[in-house]
Amino acid sequence: MPNYRMNLLVCGGTGCKASGSSEVVEVFEKEIEKAGLKNEIQVIVTGCFGFCEKGPIVKVTPDNVFYVEVNPEKAVRIINEHIIKGRIVEEYLYKEPVTKEALPEQSDMPFYKKQIRIALRNCGFIDPENIYEYIAVDGYQALGKVLSEMTPEEVIEEVKKSGLRGRGGGGFSTGLKWEMTKKSKSNQKYVICNADEGDPGAFMDRSILEGDPHTVLEAMAICGYCIGANKGYIYIRAEYPLAIQRLRIAIKQAYELGLLGSNILGSNFSFDIDLKYGAGAFICGEETALINSIEGGRGEPTVKPPFPAQKGLWKKPTNINNVETFANICPIILKGADWFNSIGTEKSKGTKVFALAGKINNVGLVEVPMGLTLREIIYDLGGGIKGGKKFKAVQTGGPSGGCIPKEHLDTPIDYDNLTKIGSMMGSGGMIVMDEDDCMVNIAKFYLEFTCDESCGRCTPCRVGNMRMLEILKEITEGRGTMEHLEELKELGQIIKDTALCGLGQTSPNPVLSTMNFFWDEYVAHVKDKTCPAGVCTALLKYYILPEKCVGCTACAKVCPTNAISGEVRKTHVIDREKCIKCGACMATCRFNAITRR
Amino acid sequence: MAGIKSLEELKALRDKYKENIIGRDTSDSENKIRISVGMATCGIASGARDTINAIIDEVSKEKLTNVVVVQSGCLGYCYAEPTVEVRVPGKEPVLYGNINAERGREIIKKHIKNGEIQKDWIIERTFKNI
Ligand SMILES: Cc1cc2nc3c(=O)[nH]c(=O)nc-3n(C[C@H](O)[C@H](O)[C@H](O)COP(=O)(O)O)c2cc1C
Repeated sequence: MPNYRMNLLVCGGTGCKASGSSEVVEVFEKEIEKAGLKNEIQVIVTGCFGFCEKGPIVKVTPDNVFYVEVNPEKAVRIINEHIIKGRIVEEYLYKEPVTKEALPEQSDMPFYKKQIRIALRNCGFIDPENIYEYIAVDGYQALGKVLSEMTPEEVIEEVKKSGLRGRGGGGFSTGLKWEMTKKSKSNQKYVICNADEGDPGAFMDRSILEGDPHTVLEAMAICGYCIGANKGYIYIRAEYPLAIQRLRIAIKQAYELGLLGSNILGSNFSFDIDLKYGAGAFICGEETALINSIEGGRGEPTVKPPFPAQKGLWKKPTNINNVETFANICPIILKGADWFNSIGTEKSKGTKVFALAGKINNVGLVEVPMGLTLREIIYDLGGGIKGGKKFKAVQTGGPSGGCIPKEHLDTPIDYDNLTKIGSMMGSGGMIVMDEDDCMVNIAKFYLEFTCDESCGRCTPCRVGNMRMLEILKEITEGRGTMEHLEELKELGQIIKDTALCGLGQTSPNPVLSTMNFFWDEYVAHVKDKTCPAGVCTALLKYYILPEKCVGCTACAKVCPTNAISGEVRKTHVIDREKCIKCGACMATCRFNAITRR
Repeated sequence: MAGIKSLEELKALRDKYKENIIGRDTSDSENKIRISVGMATCGIASGARDTINAIIDEVSKEKLTNVVVVQSGCLGYCYAEPTVEVRVPGKEPVLYGNINAERGREIIKKHIKNGEIQKDWIIERTFKNI
């Protein structure tokens, strides 16, 4: 094996691939070959670094230099300057947004400073398509340890003691779930990995599967050993082609080395894993609907109990865990429960991966210890609000969650605190909103999503949500009344209490939480018929500013309904009766004399 | 590929492939010994590539995980290339001149492993970094 003196780690996650990292890899390989350095410099395509905002990312080690937004031209220069002559190319480094100072080292970057990477430990570090890279970082050691030194009870005890809770949204104790499934008597049991990841804007599970697929396979096998299952399924949405491809490669390699299949590592434990593809319906992430979908039925939920731990796939006891939950297992086994439960808050241990999106400077993926505050995540890691605008709210928990206003920015984040302030952890999506976002409109967006995704099985969710959406439409179009607001609250509560599954039971949350924290905004829509953020077009009114209007007549000429009148070189006016709010006048005016409020 | 039959085999495999990973691990880098080899045109022309490859080979043979080997640009001592700088955390950096592959290996064996600075090869610094 050649002894490489330098590594070029190029991000091959979906985000960086989309911005051209594959071409960068090609250039690197070609240039290195040309320079005759093939046996000295190694190019490794890794999983996601999380800093998707500035992709494609290239990290040079051992120098620990972090280049951002690399393209083929820059790649050539990096080879010629840095790799051949040892001169760091300053211009391509990440620049501190405030001081504009170039930061060569990854560890200097505020984005990485407060992160602790457990689930993402190998993402951006190893080549996910090469099992030997995983083995080199202690891959399959946890499985080996469990099979040769621990009883299933001991493993479950360790997982319980670690305090790990499900990362798929519910936050149920993982150790307890394993114990329950173990206790169910049956000749056949199953392990399922939930990789459906349906929350809009969430991509942590995809990144783990793309960057470190083996850790999920290994943890599933460990789970199988504990509960007495020898068959596992990964339910993954078909829209994740790269994750599927990497999983397929990983499964094949694991079988070839005997790390899956029969008599793993000389033990009498055997475990098989298959992939099952979902068609991308949100409801299929719910565990009972997911099971129905694997069985070939409609993706509809069923009433619990019985829980999957009692009667799951093909009516057999089944343990379902989320991808990120599984990604925490091997470190817990190798480093111990006490190491894991020293991180985090009293009732939420370890870390959580969040997908930062919306009006934030550093869009991307971060893994932070539980208990960090929203302010730290948004301002320190996320680099603050885009364009220097004012923070308004952060949405967590996806369509089941809520919007958190600035009063709660200093809340330490964990499962219980988020629930307390009317939102939830969910799968870890975090969408940041600024002063230009209308909270009524945001609530409407999420409700539209749930109405689209409701399976239609139970009435509260099918009809109730639709009715709520109709009311929100009335409000955003200027026909809302105060009674509507009362009705929204009441209906929301009824749906929460009566819906069949988690989808319906949480679907009113975005509406209820915005009503709770942004009541004034709802009232403004209803009473004053205005949208304070200027988003709801139906409520906007166009005005001509007399001090700026020069009377050029351009707006009057472009108005399709002849709503603008006025003499040449005199101030024009808009007839609000005729105005259809198309905005043509505003786009035409060269004097910024038209505004909308 | 043959299957892995036991935890011992798996461990052996890990140790074999670990070498490939060591250089990539940048965690805790401020506490590691940093060896930089001058690899500008003048350095390369005087054989710095052989030097750096020999040093890396020696580091991995000795399984030294607390050492980072990097290349640097021109330090201005073209008369003494290849140059090698050794920075042990908490100590003054030592700058060696005229280090060929063989001397590179000696530096690892004597200076890094045993803490014996090789006085004869040191070049006096003519400037200080601020
Ligand atoms: C509407 C709905 C959608 C869900 N979508 C997902 C999902 O995409 N991924 C996931 O892991 N869990 C999802 N869940 C949670 C699962 O039902 C289940 O609780 C989880 O997979 C259990 O794994 P955990 O204990 O490791 O979190 C969803 C739940 C509901 C009600």
